[in-house]
Amino acid sequence: MSDQVSYDEVEAGAELAPASYQATRLSLVKYCGASGDFNVIHWNERIAKSVGLPNVIAHGMFTMAQAGRYVTDWAGPRATVVEFGVRFSAPVVVPDDDIGAAITVTGQVEEKLDGNLVVLALTARSADVKVLTRARAVVRLP
Amino acid sequence: MAINREYLGKTFPPGEPYEVSRVKLAEFADAIGDPSPIYRDRGAAQAAGYADVVAPPTFPIVISLSASGRALADPGLNLNYAMVVHGEQRFEYSRPLVAGDVVTAQVTIADIKDVGRNSMLTTKTEIKTVGGEHVCTAHSTLVERGGAA
Repeated sequence: MSDQVSYDEVEAGAELAPASYQATRLSLVKYCGASGDFNVIHWNERIAKSVGLPNVIAHGMFTMAQAGRYVTDWAGPRATVVEFGVRFSAPVVVPDDDIGAAITVTGQVEEKLDGNLVVLALTARSADVKVLTRARAVVRLP
Repeated sequence: MAINREYLGKTFPPGEPYEVSRVKLAEFADAIGDPSPIYRDRGAAQAAGYADVVAPPTFPIVISLSASGRALADPGLNLNYAMVVHGEQRFEYSRPLVAGDVVTAQVTIADIKDVGRNSMLTTKTEIKTVGGEHVCTAHSTLVERGGAA
């Protein structure tokens, strides 16, 4: 289990260590099944290209889930997420190989609020492109 | 063909209640690649202060997607799903979902607008327990590429 961070030890402006997560074709197939989102652009290269995409793309929610994992890994198991929002600024393009695409997430403590709440500003990039913008999470820490 | 503006403001009745199960939470955690034990092990979840296995923060999309799926599949709405990408997503949580929760999801079409050549459709989904306790509100904006009227 990951370490628990407490409200008192967090400083506004602190940078969080970046983390990288991999999206492969297998990840997307699993995410289709687990989420119920079987949109063909997430598993069918022929149709993805026919509708103008460069290749199969990850579900936006898969990418958001990686940012969510980044937040909860940092915040620890006793923290609860109060608000979490993102804008999907570019697709994560997932090639048909065994490596897939890397999603790199960074974060910063933007603000400390009353009630043990901490606001995190997040970024996520894949292939040097920002794939999430306006990504923020509000977390209640013990 | 554009998204049908007559659906703006429409609220869809909640479907059958959704029961959050440990097996589904573990499956979802596996699919997003998150190994945290609080998503699969009841003892670990309880040690962290939860009643049962916890849902990852983005799990409510499974419930809101299932509920909004019916609305978005309505041929009258005229949404071309192959051209749809996710534009924005935001969750407001009263508390995390845990295994054993039985919830309903009520979907409202909150906004339909054109931005450039694209159409944007925003849904608001209220997830509550069958006892009426608010758990999460999910705001989803979908973009239909090239869908502008």
